[in-house]
Amino acid sequence: MSESRLRLSENEGVTLVEFVDRNILDEANIQAINEEITGEIEKSDTPRLLISFSNVDHLSSAALGALITINNKIKEKAGELHLANIDPQIYEVFVITRLNKLFNIHDTTDEAREAFAN
Amino acid sequence: MPDANTHIEGAHVVDLAHDRDAITALIEQILGVAEQNGFGGSAAFAIRLAIEEAITNAFEHGHKGLSDDLTIRVEHRIEPGVFEFAVEDQGPGFQPSALPDPTLLENLSKPSGRGVMLMKAYMSEVSFNAQGNRVKMRYIAPSA
Repeated sequence: MSESRLRLSENEGVTLVEFVDRNILDEANIQAINEEITGEIEKSDTPRLLISFSNVDHLSSAALGALITINNKIKEKAGELHLANIDPQIYEVFVITRLNKLFNIHDTTDEAREAFAN
Repeated sequence: MPDANTHIEGAHVVDLAHDRDAITALIEQILGVAEQNGFGGSAAFAIRLAIEEAITNAFEHGHKGLSDDLTIRVEHRIEPGVFEFAVEDQGPGFQPSALPDPTLLENLSKPSGRGVMLMKAYMSEVSFNAQGNRVKMRYIAPSA
């Protein structure tokens, strides 16, 4: 197992996921991130994940694909996924791909936490 | 539209192996030259994204099922206000016009198929050769 590319912390039933890397671009890195988050999803009956992009400067379509896969897995378990702290340039990528319609996106992690059901 | 078959005149040409360190080094080198030519901020963001998508497509899709030892050819030429870039793989090619629209509601939950649309969204011009194994892009700075 290679070194984790994520920082995970739990608070009031919500797992906060933060990225170690500023650039989430290459396939191997993205696959490792996907597997690690999938592991977190599998641990819970109804996963509640908050992914913060506060350190992230760049991401690729492969990273968007991994986020979609994660979202699909969470939905299958009737869980919740919220995204927060997305840099305006990266948010533009979500808008261009219309993925801002698919994901629950918030300005801050505090706002995202308030948006979780219950 | 640029003709994707035509090689970029005066371009730097690199045969790039499927090695992340080599890919990152080339991209950083290109971005360094781009910055020297006035492509910072949102232009640098656009260029990095388009290069990443083109290189990823070449290795992950263009060479799918083929030897991982195959290289791709990367050409780039940068001058103030104009950035040109081409990527050619050694695969059979694909038909970009056959790609489904990833922004349609029924495709939003599909994890792949956004690379080409992002290149087109962020570059001024994008073209493919007839075989579909070579993509050529041009970014023209708004003030150029």
